[in-house]
Amino acid sequence: MSDSQTTTLQAHHHHDPSLLVQFDTAYQQKDASQFGMWVFLITEIMFFGGLFGAYLIYRNLYNPAFVAASTSIAIKWGAINTAVLICSSLTMAMGVHSAALGARKLLVFWLGATLVLGSVFLGIKGIEYYDKYTEHHIPGANFDFNYDRAEKGEKLVPADVATQTSIFFALYFAMTGMHALHMIIGAGILVFLIWRAYHGAYPPHHYTMVENFGLYWHFVDIIWIFLFPLLYLVSRSPVH
Amino acid sequence: MSTATQTSLALEMPSDTYLNSSYGVKSWFLTGDHKRIAVMYIVSISLMFLLGGVFATLVRLELLTPAGDLFQSDTYNKLFTMHGVVMIFGFLVPSIPVTIGNFLIPIMVGARDLAFPKINLASWYIYIIGMIFMLAAIISGGVDTGWTFYTPLSTQYLTTHVMFTAIGILIAGFSSIFTGLNFIVTVHRMRAPGMTWFRLPLFVWSNYAASIIMVLGTPVLAITLILVALERGLHIGIFNPALGGDPVLFQHMFWFYSHPAVYIMILPGFGVISEIIPCFARKRIFGYSAIAFSSIAIAVFGFLVWAHHMFIAGISTYSALIFSFVTFLVAIPSAIKVFNWTATLYKGSIHFDTPMLYALAFIGLFTIGGLTGLFLGAIGVDMHVTATYFVVAHFHYVMVGGMLVAYLAGMHFWWPKMTGRMYPEAPAKLSALIVFIGFNLTFFPQFILGYMGMPRRYHSYPPEFQVLNVLSTAGASVLAVGLLMPMFYMLWSLKYGEIAGNNPYRATGLEWQTTSPPPTHNFHETPIVTQEAYDYESQTEEVEVVG
Amino acid sequence: MSAGGDHIVSPKIYVTIWLILLAFTGITVAAAYQNFGIFNPIIALTIACTKATLVILFFMHVKYSPKMIALVIGCGLFFLSILMVLTCADYLSRAWIM
Ligand SMILES: [Cu+2]
Repeated sequence: MSDSQTTTLQAHHHHDPSLLVQFDTAYQQKDASQFGMWVFLITEIMFFGGLFGAYLIYRNLYNPAFVAASTSIAIKWGAINTAVLICSSLTMAMGVHSAALGARKLLVFWLGATLVLGSVFLGIKGIEYYDKYTEHHIPGANFDFNYDRAEKGEKLVPADVATQTSIFFALYFAMTGMHALHMIIGAGILVFLIWRAYHGAYPPHHYTMVENFGLYWHFVDIIWIFLFPLLYLVSRSPVH
Repeated sequence: MSTATQTSLALEMPSDTYLNSSYGVKSWFLTGDHKRIAVMYIVSISLMFLLGGVFATLVRLELLTPAGDLFQSDTYNKLFTMHGVVMIFGFLVPSIPVTIGNFLIPIMVGARDLAFPKINLASWYIYIIGMIFMLAAIISGGVDTGWTFYTPLSTQYLTTHVMFTAIGILIAGFSSIFTGLNFIVTVHRMRAPGMTWFRLPLFVWSNYAASIIMVLGTPVLAITLILVALERGLHIGIFNPALGGDPVLFQHMFWFYSHPAVYIMILPGFGVISEIIPCFARKRIFGYSAIAFSSIAIAVFGFLVWAHHMFIAGISTYSALIFSFVTFLVAIPSAIKVFNWTATLYKGSIHFDTPMLYALAFIGLFTIGGLTGLFLGAIGVDMHVTATYFVVAHFHYVMVGGMLVAYLAGMHFWWPKMTGRMYPEAPAKLSALIVFIGFNLTFFPQFILGYMGMPRRYHSYPPEFQVLNVLSTAGASVLAVGLLMPMFYMLWSLKYGEIAGNNPYRATGLEWQTTSPPPTHNFHETPIVTQEAYDYESQTEEVEVVG
Repeated sequence: MSAGGDHIVSPKIYVTIWLILLAFTGITVAAAYQNFGIFNPIIALTIACTKATLVILFFMHVKYSPKMIALVIGCGLFFLSILMVLTCADYLSRAWIM
């Protein structure tokens, strides 16, 4: 019976040193790793999905608190950061494009630009966190929503609403924190990629690593595209 | 090649196998070979199983008498918690996929390895790191939240090592994600020429379905545990009612993973049974595509039923109705499988080898476990028996009577393929019998106890429950004997077992066409598949020597 | 980029998408300052979804990739919606009385 089911296929050759032994062709290798990357991004969707779900529920439960808390964060920084990330997505896409064309120096340039923009984003995020710290808006660390609102000429909110705003800020820090963590990991990988690209590790047709990283970077951008309106924008006008 | 000719020849071990291709510690700990990684996993999860077993033994000893005399109630809380945590996250979740699945899936699809061998190795290391965290928690005093980590108990009130345990589970979760991802890509992209989706063995289908759950569900558990850790460490208050947080939201997020997780545990077991039944009934599997699709259906429906764990937690009546209804629906694909296995047995020429004994035990025990699950899915009954020993019994019928028995069935079935040597048949059959008797003796009385109202998670109980508890503890010792036996005779067989030959059961499937044990890259020539997976009927004319 | 036959997307397309994304960001910020009542979140989220779709289709090359990739994404979003919808179903219907 074994003979009926098995016939010989041509032996497995290794012309190409970058072809791993488990794959038959370079096409299969590239296809599999891209497919794997997308499956990984699905796990990331579910990971952030838990946070988005929690946000949705608490926003419904504590709408006034979410309005008050959301209005207290600076739309300016959020908008600038959104633009910064969108620009970094463009530079990343251009990086992949350069890799496909085999333009080594351009690849290094675009990856470098992406790294710079990513760092700018994280820097601005740091400023925002620092502001929240001075306003006593960090849950768990002497949190007091009304701390300096009077001297800033803002309306004080009732005590129960003030307590509930801590839920907003807990979610704000959990969501932006997880996002920032992904950015930091991404920046680390970028440093590695730039170093490798500089040494010519990604010739045309062997830049799957750059492409897959690009997918990751754009994904992180997409998360921010949703975080920005949910945290900064949608609660500015109370819904009745 | 028929068994007759095979056994008449003096069998020899193949010269070139994955076990002897290279030697030394490094050749194992840095390997990319899915078969070696599977072996490393078998050793690791067996150790975790033994540890979980020790905790179970202590729990059963305490329950021998109505008074809480052996342990303080705090200690008892830790014992059942650590039994649950170790068994579920250390053994049941990885179990079949990382061992038998890891070993067989590339071979079954006709590939030289999984798509990402390095990620596969990484998953083992990540699992080990997760287990180190868990063990650290246990050694430094343990944890007593119950394996479900309900808030605010876990975040506000307990001073035990919740953090370490949660981090351990979080890390082990990533190992699970990597395994699932690897399997999905392998099944999609690494199949041999001619290996169409509907020629895949059902074991591959069921592991594929389980992988979908691992990939989609585990990240939600990860973020939930991160929130618990943040809440505990930094007091951010997402689940803290004092700050307006809702503990029930934790339950939603936890069970969104943890209900489907029971299908991560049981689906691969279904796959094992689907391989064994046709082989020892010498028949084509009945309803191949129904079984294949029912695996996918279970994976999908499994995500729609989680709140049946929360009927008394204060969820809305309407959503409870919906979750209850869908819980009944999920019984359909499970029943489809049981009916198809039974139909496969009908008029088959059945051989009662050890794997088959375990497989038959599985069908019976899983059916009981599954049907009592429907009792619990009915809101009215659940109100009465929730958090009683009825739930404990139901869960163990599915997880031990189902999953563990399937794991043992699979380990026996593929042992000759993994090691090249047969397990000794007589003690193996005896162990199957002892496990079956011991299991029922342990857990059937718990159904009655639960129905009479004995709550779980207490170290003392009213004296009228003692007879059934003594029966249960007695059964547990019988079960322990049955479970320890394979550890000994399997190890014995590594040196003294009969040499198995490539295909000792005259089974179909690509794994039986390569040598036992297989060479490093599984096949000497890439197989071309021209047939369905269960072509047993064309060989019925051959001499029957199996068994 | 579809595996195998590397589909090279023109930088012009990237720049166009980039400009659209920046424009949408401006619009969504401007809209947040107007009171449209219930429509504020709807507008903001519609714009966010559009932006995300553009990134997925063009920057992430899904438009030029095998259909399987779109299926994988759809699958992820489907299960995400299960998580959201069924959880919210509980919270929203808690106040209802039989
Ligand atoms: Cu369940």
